[in-house]
Amino acid sequence: MNGEAIRAMAALVIRELIRRKDFYVLFILTAVITLSFGAVNFFGEGNLVRYLKEICLTLIWLSSIVIAVMTAARQIPEELERKTILPLLAKPVTRTDVVLGKFLGSWFSSGAALLVFYVFFAVVSASKEAHFEFVGWFQALAMHWFMLGILTSMTLLGSLVFAAVSSNATIMLVSTAFILGILRHLNTVALNQPEPIQTLLYVAYYSIPHLEFYDMRGLVVHSHPPIGWGVMALAMLYAAGYTAFFLVGACQAFKRKPVG
Amino acid sequence: MNPIVQIDNLVVEYVSKERGEEVKRAVNGLSLSIGEGEVFGFLGPNGAGKTTTMKVLLGFLPPTGGSAALFGTDVRKPIARQRIGYLPELTYYYKFLTTEELLRFYARLFKIPKDETERRIDSILKLVELEDARKKQIKTYSKGMQQRAGLAQALINSPDLLILDEPTSGLDPIGRMKVREIIQRLKDEGKTVLFSSHELGEVETVCDRVGILHRGELKEHGAVADLVKKHNTHLEQIFLNVVGFTPASEAPTETEIRKEAQS
Repeated sequence: MNGEAIRAMAALVIRELIRRKDFYVLFILTAVITLSFGAVNFFGEGNLVRYLKEICLTLIWLSSIVIAVMTAARQIPEELERKTILPLLAKPVTRTDVVLGKFLGSWFSSGAALLVFYVFFAVVSASKEAHFEFVGWFQALAMHWFMLGILTSMTLLGSLVFAAVSSNATIMLVSTAFILGILRHLNTVALNQPEPIQTLLYVAYYSIPHLEFYDMRGLVVHSHPPIGWGVMALAMLYAAGYTAFFLVGACQAFKRKPVG
Repeated sequence: MNPIVQIDNLVVEYVSKERGEEVKRAVNGLSLSIGEGEVFGFLGPNGAGKTTTMKVLLGFLPPTGGSAALFGTDVRKPIARQRIGYLPELTYYYKFLTTEELLRFYARLFKIPKDETERRIDSILKLVELEDARKKQIKTYSKGMQQRAGLAQALINSPDLLILDEPTSGLDPIGRMKVREIIQRLKDEGKTVLFSSHELGEVETVCDRVGILHRGELKEHGAVADLVKKHNTHLEQIFLNVVGFTPASEAPTETEIRKEAQS
């Protein structure tokens, strides 16, 4: 493995995000919506800050998912389409290096965008509240970033399986919404089902990556005490496991893909 | 002379996705050796197997049979690509980068130290005449400038072997002339160059030896002067004879074909 090549490719992805408009558009949109809601008291004096935080964090979640999926989805297909993959692979670089470089670049760039969003959130929260829960804020940011790691690796794998960037991005966004909204409750549904449907539903429930584990919006909005560091470490290990699984899949899929 | 490129009985087959067609043989028993400092021109009509052969040399395609080696190392090993520069046909480089950023990126893949990278960027940009545009994003470049930026990336590791796939394709006469001049200068520096082209005049001017490929087979190869002497005609006619092209004026008419079929 060529570590320098992996870092160079990751830096290239980050530079691309900085020079594209996607992030700026989503950030301005989030800021404008949050600040507009902050300026008008829709919900009564006591609840304003809570709702404001909730709206801001929801927008951050949506924006970060869109940034992570769109960034990862176009990486390898664009290399293939523009044929830049040819001079790249003509260098002492393996396909595994390319997948890892693209993953790290996409993950770090969506992480950097996430940090900007969370700093904005911290500024908004601190300006409306007398105190600011730094530990809760940090845990929410870190967990959110690890969730984006799973999503980024899953999308990279998708980009090597599905033909078009748009179809992959759509499938990934719908799957994410499905996991966060419906599949998380699959175990409850399984409880009332006869066999073998119950077993099948449990298998499905334990097979999918549980992205909802990383959603700490409630904790931050309601200023609950931070979660234990051990629990957080376990959640990160869980994310690392799924990320590695999807990356191995992506490397295998890329090795079989004809280039040029 | 040490062979830089050594191809022995190379066979490349594709499994066609079209129904009815099972296996397509793109390269059929190709053997070739290119020595140090040589400029070798690969000629052939579209689909002759030139690009496929280059793809095998670059490790993009595994050979179905035979073997290929660069600097004595099997092309399937990534280390075989440490000393080569490659310019693919019509590539659209990262348009959000400037040329110097593009070259820095490729230099990192070779782990070239920063000082050395900057020194090489200066000299390469001078060679490809992109010094004035070095801080402009590639998306603002003309086609000719993009092709020269491509040539610059192929030179960043100071390669001993350059593989150029139709380097003048799609360029205007001035662009072609500039690329040709660069190849000439690289030849003078003692680089080994393997390039494919449809421009026979260009091949005649620049190459030490040429190989004419048709339907995956090397039909003719040797120094241009020797081929001209052997066939007693110019390179273009040799090429047309090898690929079996008959000019329209000499082609049989429909009536003649019918008569032939009836008899």
